[in-house]
Amino acid sequence: MADNRAEVIVIGGSSGSIPVAMEIINALPLSYLIPIVIVIHRLRNVASELAQVMSATHQIHEPEDKEPLQKGHIYLAPQNYHLLIESDKTFSMDYSEPVNHSRPSIDVTLMCAATVYKENAVGILLSGANKDGADGMDAIIRKGGRAIVQDPSCCQSPVMPQEALKKNSHIEIQNVVSLVNTLLLYSNK
Amino acid sequence: MDQEITTEQLKEVLLLVKARYGYDFSQYSEASIKRRLERFKKIARVSLPDLKYHLVNDSSFFFWLLESVTVNVTEMFRDPPFYKALVNAVIPLLQTYPRIKIWHAGCSTGEEAYSMAILLHEAGLLERTRIYATDINMANIEKAASGIITLERTKEYTANYHKAGGNADFSDYYSALYDNVVISKELKKNILFSQHNLVVDEVFNEFQLICCRNVMIYFNHALQAHVIDLFYRSLSPLGFLALGTKESLLFSDKTAKFEVIDNTNKIFRLKANG
Repeated sequence: MADNRAEVIVIGGSSGSIPVAMEIINALPLSYLIPIVIVIHRLRNVASELAQVMSATHQIHEPEDKEPLQKGHIYLAPQNYHLLIESDKTFSMDYSEPVNHSRPSIDVTLMCAATVYKENAVGILLSGANKDGADGMDAIIRKGGRAIVQDPSCCQSPVMPQEALKKNSHIEIQNVVSLVNTLLLYSNK
Repeated sequence: MDQEITTEQLKEVLLLVKARYGYDFSQYSEASIKRRLERFKKIARVSLPDLKYHLVNDSSFFFWLLESVTVNVTEMFRDPPFYKALVNAVIPLLQTYPRIKIWHAGCSTGEEAYSMAILLHEAGLLERTRIYATDINMANIEKAASGIITLERTKEYTANYHKAGGNADFSDYYSALYDNVVISKELKKNILFSQHNLVVDEVFNEFQLICCRNVMIYFNHALQAHVIDLFYRSLSPLGFLALGTKESLLFSDKTAKFEVIDNTNKIFRLKANG
């Protein structure tokens, strides 16, 4: 599994996940090539500077509709839209009903990543208090990709990783340090 | 969800819809429409062959699909900063026209058209404005024209309205009726709701402002360019075009005809020599 090439990394999380996602991103070298898509549950209709404040060193930005996923870029799903990935590896957005009370929904982005990138998709699910992400992580595994949850015992809210583990037993469990190491290994390929 | 629809299967369904009903979804963004169709299949509890069978034989099934597959989610004063920008940058210029014509393309159930009517009313311009609000989906148009909104949503709308800079008592704009509220007649009377399909229908008037927010996200590049061209031909000189916050004019050959008024809120204006 670990010798798979990765073409996209989707990091999902909800309550308690922002500091963890920041820690992971900041531990990666600036030259890290695999595109990373961060989907975090956020408030809607409130101005947010999350993309700016998440990292002092790494540039993170919210994609526009139909923007292509590019090497070396870190994306943050905008507030109030589902973030989809088209088969030509461009982003598209969707303002349909929330999924698992969430828009953006982690499931939606993970499922697209699974469909488009198949065995080259990596899904990571961090702390969170609902079951969003579980179906998406399952889809990643079923398409031959790799899915890893943050160790629930280290999560501020363990529900999200736990729900994913219930759904599919092939999902790996790692703490933040090993998550970072896992991602670094991909960069060396 | 368990049975994913493949690209080929999606194409078959869309071809069937086009041949039987004339609605062409072939230039919609695939990821979104596929997801919507999978969702509909689950709601309707049908297999793919059954879905096709019903589509061929039962037009009411098609209209159910149409309502489910197109996204009809909207809210009043969605993205409050956008409405603030309208009040500051656009409405003062609309004021200079003796008759104001506005097109809300893809108005869904009308919430954004009513929001616009409120702003125009507060600027003292509603009396001389006509808002043409259109949608592909007749069921949406009927719902929009009724002006009925569920009571539980008004709390959120009131908050949005104040975030957008509104100072009046929001409850002045509707009357409560059991679990619903009805938008006041004053706001409704200058809005004309009608059906219009951006894929096939043409220019029908000339406007000083066209709002088409979060509609083109569902379209591919080619269809986006087609729709921008339609708007270009529907705008009066120096007319405004407002898109959704993640949308752009990038995929159109008319990009150079517009100047950017507000890049964050995606407000553009046709150049004088455009």
